[in-house]
Amino acid sequence: MSLKIFKINEELKEYMPQEIIDLEEKATWGNPKRGVMDLPYAKELVEEHSLCAGCPESAAFRYILASLPDPENTVIVNSTGCSSLVFPHIALHTVHPLFGNQNAVASGIKRTLEWRFPDMNKDVVVIAGDGATVDIGLDCTLQSFFRQEKITTICFDNEVYANTGGQDSGATPKGMEFKMAPGGKQWDKVPMWQLAIDSGCHYVARLTVSSPKKVEQVVKKAIYVAREVGPTYIHLYTPCILEIGLNADQGLWEMRQRDKERFKFFEYMSDEAKEVIKKKKEEGLL
Amino acid sequence: MPEQQRPEQKVVEPEYLLLEAPRERKFITGSQAFAEAVKRANVDVAIAYPITPQSETMHLVGDLYAQGYVKDYYRAEEEYGAMSAIAGAVRGGARAFSATSGPGLLRGLEAIVSWPGHRIPAVLGVMTRVVNAPLSIQPDNIEIAYLLHSGLIVLHAENQQDVFDFTLAGFAISEKVDVYLPVVVATEGFFVTHAKGYVDLPPDDLKLPPRDPYKAPVPPTDCEIPPARIQRDAPVQKSNFMSYLIHAVWQQEVWSSNRRAAKWIKHYLGGLIEVVNPDAEVFIVASGCAAAQGREAQRYATMEGLNVGLVKVKSLRPFPEKELREVLKNAKAVIVPEHNIVGWLAKEVKAVIPNSGIVVDGPRVYGGMTLPVELIMDEIYKAFGIKKERKTVV
Repeated sequence: MSLKIFKINEELKEYMPQEIIDLEEKATWGNPKRGVMDLPYAKELVEEHSLCAGCPESAAFRYILASLPDPENTVIVNSTGCSSLVFPHIALHTVHPLFGNQNAVASGIKRTLEWRFPDMNKDVVVIAGDGATVDIGLDCTLQSFFRQEKITTICFDNEVYANTGGQDSGATPKGMEFKMAPGGKQWDKVPMWQLAIDSGCHYVARLTVSSPKKVEQVVKKAIYVAREVGPTYIHLYTPCILEIGLNADQGLWEMRQRDKERFKFFEYMSDEAKEVIKKKKEEGLL
Repeated sequence: MPEQQRPEQKVVEPEYLLLEAPRERKFITGSQAFAEAVKRANVDVAIAYPITPQSETMHLVGDLYAQGYVKDYYRAEEEYGAMSAIAGAVRGGARAFSATSGPGLLRGLEAIVSWPGHRIPAVLGVMTRVVNAPLSIQPDNIEIAYLLHSGLIVLHAENQQDVFDFTLAGFAISEKVDVYLPVVVATEGFFVTHAKGYVDLPPDDLKLPPRDPYKAPVPPTDCEIPPARIQRDAPVQKSNFMSYLIHAVWQQEVWSSNRRAAKWIKHYLGGLIEVVNPDAEVFIVASGCAAAQGREAQRYATMEGLNVGLVKVKSLRPFPEKELREVLKNAKAVIVPEHNIVGWLAKEVKAVIPNSGIVVDGPRVYGGMTLPVELIMDEIYKAFGIKKERKTVV
């Protein structure tokens, strides 16, 4: 996208809302070195998110959107769930398709943008919850990996169907009690990061969003590898503080606990991915 | 595929390709007719999942991809994924074609019926097949009933010629700025898809102009146009009140667009209906293959001196409400032969004429049986009060 698109007609400027003017004047466009360190100074691409106060998902959104290397050329495909509540507030081209078909829709978009704009990078990023990724959308998700679609898939794992009122999902750990797991969930958490590796993803990371800088690094790596090699997958722990009975200020504490156990930082790179990451480091982009 | 490897085809306007270009008669199957239309339609992307009897069509479209007529093609994971990827490709700016059938259509239905609301101008071939248990793979068309209330434009092809014309016109109609909706071209599996018929084809070195995704009532999702903040999908997330309102006005617009397609169907396909013998006393109203059998019954009846007419319904959505009221205003009886058990077309006809008592429910065959002309003749005799002994051969 031309950065001119973000220029507001001078004659209309006085009628524009301040947030739109800020998007032109204070957002970080056209700079692949942008990152979470810009957050205190730059206009963010997410405006007044509609999630619960203190929701770690909102932090994940802010870090991811601050880290996209080329936001002016990034399409985000989401899926139904808490995460989809945020998309009307995001200053990018976004798609809210159905529940679970996000990776299929993203495949169609990415393939089309590849031949429509052969000389440009058009990044397609999927952001979907654990229900959309691990349960209802597992087929479309894994199949997009099998087909080696050049898209980045980010799963916001809060280990529960939060938006529908707190039912267990495939990502819920065994034994946890939720509304459709009376007496506790009877089978294990699906190791989606491992399925992603086995299904052909070239870069896979598992982490919580307790460290903004770490999120920035994995997002950038995943997007660069997807551009040049093939599918990449990021599994983020974004706990639902509401459903696990925590207060608005306890999300970070919760994530730091899980950093030590089931969301311990884990990263996988194929040989091709390692080369891309090495090259990007040499270019100063990572 | 690089541009230089693409077959040379001259771009012509749809009016020329459909209505004026010289045509040569070929003897081809319905599946081949779909592919011949795709070949001339400047299609960018084709994605589908195998199912009987649709597969052959998408094999042929795959051949077109191998020859460079289509830019991208793959066998999808299943119909839900196929129809979702079609939606993605069209959002991204492509012209797309897919096809499905019976149970596959139902599996992809959530995605397919979201296309109108998401304003996805694609063309979908539907080769009808039994749905529900017990299993049969034969051409029962009950599945069309599921498509009528979704905002899709639904055309029903009688034969191989219709398949070609409706599909090619479908691309032109679906992308009109005042329409911008997906077009379904339905036809009976096997009877049309696997049987050969005469099809008059324009030259294959001509093609439709490419899709211009910016000539559109909604923007493509390609990061090339302002505003930056684009979510084409109604943002239910803003508030419940706004979601009611947005959904309501958006769906009103979808159905208005659907009605606006009527003028383009008339323009490219000569009308929503075809009438044989408009001064008839008794009419057969039928669509798809049933119209072919109805056409034969009308011919037999005329030979027997009975004043019978035929109304072939080409467009099920938009439905030819006014046209049917006008043609049937003096009818004594209206016979509606169908290839399904529920009689969706009979219900549609009853709903649009003031004297629905004249509508004869049937004859109907289902499970994929053929529709013998004799069954329609029986109803014609009944309508005229003629008693016929039927010889039973055991």
